[in-house]
Amino acid sequence: MNAETRNVVVVGGGPAGLTASIYAGRFGLSPLVLEPGFPGGKLSLIDRIENYPGFPGGIAGAELAERLAEQAREYGAQFQAVAADAIRQEGTLIQVATADGEVAARTLIVASGATPQRLGVPGEREFLGRGVSYCATCDGPFFRDKDIAVVGGGDSAVEEALCLTRFARSVTVIHRRDRLRASEVLQRRAFAHPRIGFRYSAEVIAVEGGDQVEGIRLRDQQGESFLPAGGVFIYVGITPVTGFLGDQVDRDGRGHLRASENTATSLPGLFAAGDVRGKPLRQVVTAVADGAVAAMAADRYLTGN
Amino acid sequence: MGSLQAVTDATFAGEVLEAKGPVLVDFWAPWCPPCRMLAPQLEAFAAEQGDRIKVLKLNTDDNPAMSRKYGVQSIPTMVLFEDGQEKQRIVGVVNQEELKRRLGLSG
Repeated sequence: MNAETRNVVVVGGGPAGLTASIYAGRFGLSPLVLEPGFPGGKLSLIDRIENYPGFPGGIAGAELAERLAEQAREYGAQFQAVAADAIRQEGTLIQVATADGEVAARTLIVASGATPQRLGVPGEREFLGRGVSYCATCDGPFFRDKDIAVVGGGDSAVEEALCLTRFARSVTVIHRRDRLRASEVLQRRAFAHPRIGFRYSAEVIAVEGGDQVEGIRLRDQQGESFLPAGGVFIYVGITPVTGFLGDQVDRDGRGHLRASENTATSLPGLFAAGDVRGKPLRQVVTAVADGAVAAMAADRYLTGN
Repeated sequence: MGSLQAVTDATFAGEVLEAKGPVLVDFWAPWCPPCRMLAPQLEAFAAEQGDRIKVLKLNTDDNPAMSRKYGVQSIPTMVLFEDGQEKQRIVGVVNQEELKRRLGLSG
């Protein structure tokens, strides 16, 4: 179906993949982006991104995502709405299997991102869509005037807790450590909010309810307790999407792709950008930086420099 | 959301509960990015299934009664109805193949 061999195939249309496509397009490499969903990835789900340089006052995640996609198209990136299911090496090429057939790539930029990590407690799966959510921007309006629990203590958890105060009667942030990990500016805003409360050093052991979530069972130094909540929003980290690579690319201890500073991985011609790779800071700004570097690395690989 | 027919609180009984065959209802809202992700997959699914499954979309902002009645608290949520009863529920974005697999229609 795709008889033509592509110079660059980009897996994933989030900020890393889109920026890789902008740069690869400008290098004249006519990138093909495989993105089964909506360009923008997790960025599209961020209510407002406040720390992306150049946008004082912030910008809606969906708008920034759409601008990145438009810019990629401007430089000739093509999009195919299909997922990468598997890869295999064939000589110097990487064949990418998709539901639409195989795509032959001289270089592959893996920017497949990550999905929300599950807590792995009883009730979490059962109540998905009935009170358990991983996306405040998506589901916040269903929790008008309810008491909500947000699980996690990083930037995402605190940002989403703040976002949820627009709808909820109260928001309780539950964190397993004794202090938040979120950035200072977010912490200050959350502490100052009259309808956000905190439970520290508390572990969620179950999500409970009938037809809908009614609350969560917690364990802390005082023992077990029940916190009534009409909704539970979970932000306890992310899991990289690497299943389609099989065991052909080295991972680090946490399952992220091991990649050098120039995004090269253990598989020649395969570069990793964004949340899928191991790195010290996971932000849109580092994802786009990875994407640019990956496009350059792919270009050099193709020209043999 | 392009080609799918809409159902409302007012038309739900007639269009969904009293329908002859299976009806898949997509609960969505215009402000929900994942709902926009799902839309093309669902439209392709609906086109492929033709008369075998009726696919309708329900805007949860404009039709809170049915969203509440079926306890939809996350969108997109798709609910499959047969003979007025909920048979299956799929929460979140799935692609066309996955949708068929979950509804037992693939292969």
